[in-house]
Amino acid sequence: MISGLRPKLDLLSPALVDRIIDEAFSILERTGVFFENPEARALFRDAGQEADDKTQRVRLGSRLVERCLATAPAMIELYDRAGETSFRVGGDEVHFDPGSSGTRILDHATQRERKPVTADLVSIARLTEALAHLHFQSTALVPSDVPGEIADDYRLYLALLFSAKPIVTGTFRIAGFEPMRDMLAAVRGGAEGLRAKPLAIFDACPSPPLRWSHLTSQSLIDCARAGIPSELISMGMTGATSPATIGGTLVQHVVENLAGLCLAQIARPGAPIIFGGSPSSFDMRQGTCPMGAMETMMIDCAYAQLGKRLRLPTHAYMALSDAKTNDAQAGFETGIGAVLAALAGINVISGPGMLDYESTISLEKMVIDDELCALAYRLISGIVPREELLAEHLFEGFGPETDFLKSAHTRKWYRVEHLLPIVVDRDPYDAWEAKGGRSIADRAADRVKDLLAKNPPPLPNPALAGELLKIMEADARANGISVLPNLPAF
Amino acid sequence: MNADLFAAMAQAVVDGDATAAADLARSALDSRIPPAEALDKGFVPGIRTVGELWESGDYFLPELIASAEAMKAAATVLRPALEADGASSSSAGTVVIGTVDGDIHDIGKNLVSAMLTANGFKVIDLGADVKLPAFLEAAERAGADLICLSALLTTTMLGQKRLIELLVERGLRGRFKVLVGGAPTSRRWAEEIGADGYGESAPAAVRAALGLMGKVTS
Repeated sequence: MISGLRPKLDLLSPALVDRIIDEAFSILERTGVFFENPEARALFRDAGQEADDKTQRVRLGSRLVERCLATAPAMIELYDRAGETSFRVGGDEVHFDPGSSGTRILDHATQRERKPVTADLVSIARLTEALAHLHFQSTALVPSDVPGEIADDYRLYLALLFSAKPIVTGTFRIAGFEPMRDMLAAVRGGAEGLRAKPLAIFDACPSPPLRWSHLTSQSLIDCARAGIPSELISMGMTGATSPATIGGTLVQHVVENLAGLCLAQIARPGAPIIFGGSPSSFDMRQGTCPMGAMETMMIDCAYAQLGKRLRLPTHAYMALSDAKTNDAQAGFETGIGAVLAALAGINVISGPGMLDYESTISLEKMVIDDELCALAYRLISGIVPREELLAEHLFEGFGPETDFLKSAHTRKWYRVEHLLPIVVDRDPYDAWEAKGGRSIADRAADRVKDLLAKNPPPLPNPALAGELLKIMEADARANGISVLPNLPAF
Repeated sequence: MNADLFAAMAQAVVDGDATAAADLARSALDSRIPPAEALDKGFVPGIRTVGELWESGDYFLPELIASAEAMKAAATVLRPALEADGASSSSAGTVVIGTVDGDIHDIGKNLVSAMLTANGFKVIDLGADVKLPAFLEAAERAGADLICLSALLTTTMLGQKRLIELLVERGLRGRFKVLVGGAPTSRRWAEEIGADGYGESAPAAVRAALGLMGKVTS
């Protein structure tokens, strides 16, 4: 088997990895973590841990943490809607998905952000389906045309209808879990089918520092019992909600993730957990959380290294930008993030398409970023010796007329070795000018239209679509909502 | 003699040294310096310098919060004497502040709260995750001039809108000015929900608050 070196990024020395994990274990045992959820505290008490109902503080002994780490799987297999294609989440596998839970969309025509509606979510799902380097879809935006009470399951409903890719999603309320689980189970023909072939990852965010809220604890417990993978999204902001030093923030990150992992393992040993997060360098001028800051990306890559050391699948919010339009900053922050995340071997990378501190999705940016993801995949596929001899045989009969453009060797290998960009500009100046001297965002807008026109959505069969609608309508009615927005017809 | 003490007070605020600020406030009382004079000539020039250092880009949030805390420490020492002097009328106004229901984030709110205190407001800080009726009850009880609402999450910023609706429903809209802020908010949002003011940073929130109280600042 001919193979190349997989380029790899490690930011922490083995000794520093040990120190961070040791301090985290010590904090879990001595300081503990707040769990607001009474059922979570009861579960910890049943597992022999100190859990105080008055202070909500739970102390987790090292033996328990070790035991929970031992039952958490190192590899998770996600399946698409048909249950046919599987994606391995673990090891150094890399999968990109659009950044999730934004609240605005960048309108290309006006170049202004606006509130998203159902049709925007449909476009995002369809576009994700058409973009080859986004392996998963995400419930990327919170729609403004349905009441907040049903925003969580309504997003999942649209995602399940308009794309067949696995989904990164999550609940906004405790009651949101049941209809969401029911929809996923409906796709699989039942709860056991869903457990055997997970279709969605649910994000659960602790509140820094060291607190798991009522809602997110419940999500961990419910997902663990249903066999739905939970992605733990610790998000310390350096110097604000976590220590100012990167090393200090990493310790807190491990503490929060391990506390969540333990809850899930106690609720159901073997529960699939992804060691993830959305921490950031905190901007001491604006009070913002720049996802494109180099320090943010360093924290991400470093905690992924820690997650790997703990033998867990990993996730990060990378390959996104804080820019407000598809400008140079959008490109360089996203590009650096995509490349670093791929080099760090992060399994689920949420970010493509996203701008403005995880708040805004741009369809054009999704297209540009898909190309960036391709470039990152190219990098980690490495330099491979393709044939027994690298070049010697190509110089047999070498003479002044030798060129490689005509050679069969070139035709055999150039597409394998080299990416052929679609929206990236490689025109000579005159050709670029003749086409109107347009920006990458303008070219991406054309491609958005083209992809949406040429790729009809892979709608589920009518029986399944009807079942999903029934679950959605029942939850809407339970929340006093009688009418759902109309869906575009296909 | 007093000039040195006043300079030290200003410096303690600029340095963000709460212990020194409280000590200096106590020395002023011991030396029978009128508390209002200690505030006006000592501590307030300090916080003004801090504002300038922020505007010029030399100070960042950690310095800002430390200076505001130093100011608060001095004010806490001086307050009983100020009230005994009947100088409470010199308060810039009374503010009820908190992060709205469902939102536990309070860094920005704490900063605004500290800066308002530092600028002479009487601040009733209700903390984070505050139920909307609690804002009204506290504001009515304290006879507040302003209600300041913070929100970090786009899902909770709607609480700011609901509070204004609640004020209208209860016929209290004219009684209190409402100032909103927080990461997802904007001037446009403030206008959309009919708030009286908006601050994109803690110093801007203080400027807006002073403006609403009819105290024009440069």
